[in-house]
Amino acid sequence: MAFESLTDKLTNVFKKLKSKGLLTEADVKEALKEVKFALLEADVNYKVVKNFIKSVEARAVGSEVLEGLNPGQAVIKIVNEELTNVLGSETTELKFEPGQATTVIMLCGLQGAGKTTTAAKLAGKFMQKGKTPLLVALDVYRPAAIKQLQVNGEKQGVEVFTMGDSVKPVDIAKASIEYASKNKKNVVIFDTAGRLHVDEALMDELVEIKSNINVNKTILVVDAMTGQDSVNVATEFNEKIGVDGLILSKMDGDTRGGAALSIKAVTGVPILYVGMGEKLSDLEQFYPDRMANRILGMGDVLTLIDKVMEEKIDIDKDKEKDMMARLKKGKFDFNDYLESMQQMKKMGGLGSLLGLMPNLGISKDDLEGAVDEKQLKQMEAIVLSMTKKERTNPKILNPQRKHRIAKGAGVDIAVVNRFIKQFEQTQKMMKQMPGLMGGKKHRGFGGLGGFGGKFPF
Amino acid sequence: MEKEKLGFFSKLKNGLNKTRINLLDGLDSVIHGFSEIDDSFYEELEEVLVMADIGVYTSEEIIEELKTSVKIEHIKNPEECKSFLIDSLSKRLYVSEDNYQFENKQSIIFVIGVNGVGKTTTIGKLASNFKNDGKRVLIAAADTFRAAATEQLEAWANRVGVQMIGASEGADPASVIYDALQSAKSKDVDILLCDTAGRLHNKKNLMEELKKMNRIIDREFPNAHRENFLVLDASTGQNALNQAKEFKDACDITGIILTKMDGTAKGGIAIAIQSELGIPVKYIGVGEGVEDLQKFDPKAFAKAIFE
Repeated sequence: MAFESLTDKLTNVFKKLKSKGLLTEADVKEALKEVKFALLEADVNYKVVKNFIKSVEARAVGSEVLEGLNPGQAVIKIVNEELTNVLGSETTELKFEPGQATTVIMLCGLQGAGKTTTAAKLAGKFMQKGKTPLLVALDVYRPAAIKQLQVNGEKQGVEVFTMGDSVKPVDIAKASIEYASKNKKNVVIFDTAGRLHVDEALMDELVEIKSNINVNKTILVVDAMTGQDSVNVATEFNEKIGVDGLILSKMDGDTRGGAALSIKAVTGVPILYVGMGEKLSDLEQFYPDRMANRILGMGDVLTLIDKVMEEKIDIDKDKEKDMMARLKKGKFDFNDYLESMQQMKKMGGLGSLLGLMPNLGISKDDLEGAVDEKQLKQMEAIVLSMTKKERTNPKILNPQRKHRIAKGAGVDIAVVNRFIKQFEQTQKMMKQMPGLMGGKKHRGFGGLGGFGGKFPF
Repeated sequence: MEKEKLGFFSKLKNGLNKTRINLLDGLDSVIHGFSEIDDSFYEELEEVLVMADIGVYTSEEIIEELKTSVKIEHIKNPEECKSFLIDSLSKRLYVSEDNYQFENKQSIIFVIGVNGVGKTTTIGKLASNFKNDGKRVLIAAADTFRAAATEQLEAWANRVGVQMIGASEGADPASVIYDALQSAKSKDVDILLCDTAGRLHNKKNLMEELKKMNRIIDREFPNAHRENFLVLDASTGQNALNQAKEFKDACDITGIILTKMDGTAKGGIAIAIQSELGIPVKYIGVGEGVEDLQKFDPKAFAKAIFE
């Protein structure tokens, strides 16, 4: 029980609600008790949870829910809305200074929150937006912290400004601003040392930097796995140095990130980005509504769409339609297979996609690693070893051809046979379910033309 | 930057002070705020326990136990509940006597955990402690993933004055472990400390990599005593339970090192982990200095929390 995620937990609660036609007041109370437990387990601050439950209860108990046609849905909606309310009603963009002016951003936070990694990720993000960022190494305490920033900066192709570890951070900061204006860098990112919010000397250091330099945005980096203490940390940083935005790191773990909810509720500081992986590209925009959806187990279909957009995968509409038409008729060949595989790869592999899909009744843990990317590569090699004719007309595949393909792909003939058999089964399945492809368009899936059809395995 | 050097005990107390103040304040104000034991008293108690990151389930358990003894022993006064709670938490933090026997054996200490909990720093501190005890220490820098992780550990190795086996970024961490094991055998070191890359416990592939390293140690040096330490950030919430469970599944954890106890985090998660998984805390980190890694004393910890 204790290891269930909030999503699983809430899904169970709402299943209970859904299974009943009519809700009594006691049912709502019972459900909200579970929601409270789930939120606490998700590390949402106790006081925040208390208020949250109160506001949901006020709305849910009584006519609003009891008179509704679908009581379960009504509660989900209220919980979702209230969650979104707390998280912030809209996306907050990091605003740059107008024109050619330099935007100075300072990252701060506890030790191990992920500041250095985040700094490099941010720089990469800004470059995508056409900015010329400069990373500044102000962590003069942790051994090799400067080196870490240099290596990451190099990977991103961003210049790193450093003066070694024997110069005071405030002096490095000052010099970096001069350097930036001379070298036409319009975004300067300070990577500061990790510090405890109760360490006065080190907190003063940040205050000193801010009083000497016009820091436009101070961003607090918070580990998404932080417990009840997140409120203390955020409050202290906000009161002592002033925080303009939050970045939530390590969100690719299985934490539900209750800290996000707590900090937002207590400080009102908006969450800007979430760190979703160790790769330098894994920094995503924070969408409050999506986060709420995610907590409620609706998956993060919208983020998925966004990912597709960012990778600029042009889905040729006509071609798409054509493919859909053929799918409906069950005419699905190896060319389609290859194409869908390539699209998938562009979006970061099947594993990362599945993680974003709504709760399909399979836990995320089961999915991760369950999909053998190596095997997918093997399949691709098999298809690539086919002639054009074979790809469009799989029926002509005889043992002789299969042997040649196996040799070409560097696999055993048995692997080829198994693959083709699987493919034929999928084809059959497609024929039997034309409705699957053409049915009602779900908002989230519309642009993708239905994943079910694209991934025949 | 030189920081004021604090003595062994004041440092420990300093680190624990915040824990104590937070919990005690909460506990005392609850106890003094009520003249009788009723539902709202229990609810306030729950709040105090949950706010200390003890976890909602363990907190409920503790309170249910309290309720039962209140009934059986006819406790009427909230004040009397305090001693019960002290006992209850101390019991949960029990650590057996033979916890540190590995120090007198030829031991391999495998240090694992999620990103940013302080594994590398902890290894540096451990190396320093063991070196000061006159042991021959070798460090394996098997975090070949994070940029400059090897350099960070190298700085520690130089500072402490112990040898380190490392490789370049991107090298196979298992091969670093293998090399270090051969070196440990030929040099007949007392303690081999293995640093690993931080990994989130839900990344199957990275956990497999960990299992592989674990297997190599077992295979290459079967006679050595094994200790697998999970490093946990004291400010981590309930996710630490998932972490402990998943890492335990990958390689048998023999102890927990609770770092960053010098902040305001209450470290209550240690109680939850021990209750649910039976893994004892062996060390706590109370500062950034070399001397700031202390052996975990459950009694002192419990006392500091409640007295």
